[in-house]
Amino acid sequence: MFFYLLKRLALVIPIALSVTVVCFSLVYIAPGDPLSTILPSDASIELIATLKKEYGLDKPIPVQYAMWLSRAVQGDLGTSIATGRPVNAELGRAIFNTLILALFGSLIGFSLGLAFGTIAGYRQGTWIDKSVTALAVTGVSVPHYWLGMVLVIVFSVYYNVLPAMGAGPSGDWMWDAEHLKYVVLPAITISVIPTAIVTRTVRALVADILGREFVTALRARGLTDRGVFWHVVKNAAPTSLAVMGVQLGYLMGGSILVETVFSWPGSGFLLNTAIFQRDIPLLQGTILALALFFVGLNLIVDLVQTALDPRIRRA
Amino acid sequence: MSMPSPATNELDLRGTAPAPVFDPAKALVAQATRGYWRTVLARLLRDKVTVACALLLLAIVLLAVFAPLLAPADPFKGSIMQRLLPIGSEGFLLGTDELGRDMLTRLIYGGRLSLVMGITPVINALLIGAFLGIVGGFMGGTVNTLIMRTIDVFYAFPSVLLAVAISGALGAGIFNAMVALTVVFIPPVARVAESVTTQVMSLDFVEAARASGASNFTIIRVHILGNVLGPVFIYATSLISVSMILASGLSFLGLGTKPPEPEWGLMLNTLRTAIYLNPGVAALPGAMIFMVSICFNMMSDGLRAAMDVTQ
Repeated sequence: MFFYLLKRLALVIPIALSVTVVCFSLVYIAPGDPLSTILPSDASIELIATLKKEYGLDKPIPVQYAMWLSRAVQGDLGTSIATGRPVNAELGRAIFNTLILALFGSLIGFSLGLAFGTIAGYRQGTWIDKSVTALAVTGVSVPHYWLGMVLVIVFSVYYNVLPAMGAGPSGDWMWDAEHLKYVVLPAITISVIPTAIVTRTVRALVADILGREFVTALRARGLTDRGVFWHVVKNAAPTSLAVMGVQLGYLMGGSILVETVFSWPGSGFLLNTAIFQRDIPLLQGTILALALFFVGLNLIVDLVQTALDPRIRRA
Repeated sequence: MSMPSPATNELDLRGTAPAPVFDPAKALVAQATRGYWRTVLARLLRDKVTVACALLLLAIVLLAVFAPLLAPADPFKGSIMQRLLPIGSEGFLLGTDELGRDMLTRLIYGGRLSLVMGITPVINALLIGAFLGIVGGFMGGTVNTLIMRTIDVFYAFPSVLLAVAISGALGAGIFNAMVALTVVFIPPVARVAESVTTQVMSLDFVEAARASGASNFTIIRVHILGNVLGPVFIYATSLISVSMILASGLSFLGLGTKPPEPEWGLMLNTLRTAIYLNPGVAALPGAMIFMVSICFNMMSDGLRAAMDVTQ
């Protein structure tokens, strides 16, 4: 396990570095000058030169990358061009709000997915299985941003029981009943894809395990259904946990559409602002933070999975 | 061990179906059976869900193609007097939008951009990804490592984030959105192509072909392409549904096409403010995306089942 850990950590470093390269190069695939948004069109050449110097844009690209990376490693992601505030300050709350939304979404998605998947796996081929499968296909086919709108129409417009926008009176997520109301609709919306995918995975795993010879052997030995179920859980857990971990990462990085629908003050909302104000440092910083979170999460998932399932270590 | 490994469970938005696992037995049957494609077609036609979805999609495509002939009104012409009429209004079967334009007309026209923006990236990714994967799998060694490690980098980004990052940096526009989605879909296609190619390369018939003096070109053309393109194609069809949702999603964010162009995602966005006045009409463009996306998913599942001859 210790060697596996080292090997896995060694593999993460080049990936994390390449992520920084991709994020950094976003500036260069962006058309136009990164300064054009803050400069008046009649800016003097001296002013442009001063600003370029200030932002380090007068240096060669690899040097700029090295400077950017060394600052990023120290936690300095630059200054937002649009607001003039440090990118870090903007990111903190936004990432936290997104994380809260993603956690609620995964809580719903994983519980439903585990329940549906297990039931369908046990009742393979019956109408229950078929309806669950149909539900899972619907879940991955529905444009979730549209589902969010439909939920708003039903619960905010028609019944007026849940708020349609924002994260609550304080503008940010807080742990109280008032703010909990605001997270319900976005969390349900965001949970649809993980629900469908966890359902599919668990269903396939349970059906596969129940068909194995060792299960027949266990039954022959006189194990009750509950006893067999424990073996199913043990065998399905590593893969299911891995899928769920990765799904949490996708929720973090993919929440921009849902956050836009609900005006949720998270990282997706921040990305939206960054894109439309052409605020490249903010865009870079947000994407870097989310991607590194995703890489870290994948690492954790991998290690947990390996710890749970010794077969992977041997492979 | 036949349990799905996390690698084949790339169940992101980008791959809603696990990568098809190559089974040499099936490939051999597929090659040996005469009229394989005829069998597949016959099986597809027997599958009622697939046929229904195909007909529905065909109808939407035909409506989009012949929109100027079939649409009841001008998609750009609105009237302030007739804004946000409900579904079933006199002369406006599906109501009107926030600028008083006929919704039915705009939904029909909207299919043009939405379908092109959703399908083109998958076709591009299929061509580029299959090329990269097959070259990597065939050459092996350093070339393969180089290609696959580069592709791994893109796996470090959640697909929606990657699409938004690229199209956001490039700036709003149909072309940029399609470029972003192509980049998102190349890595999974290349991974499937590479893994299937590597498996085929290890089979005896490739060895036999080489021993009987077949050139690299012949081996690639006959043995590799013949066995790899099928699974890769099926995998790519499962991406269309995701691509439709993401393409319209980018337009929804304002990163795709610009108003007043009719496109489902953008229409959904501009109608967001109307959910209090006319919720039925506001939800229509999303219902179109949903319908097309679920049909593509069903068809992909049907195709997968029909091409799996051992079933």
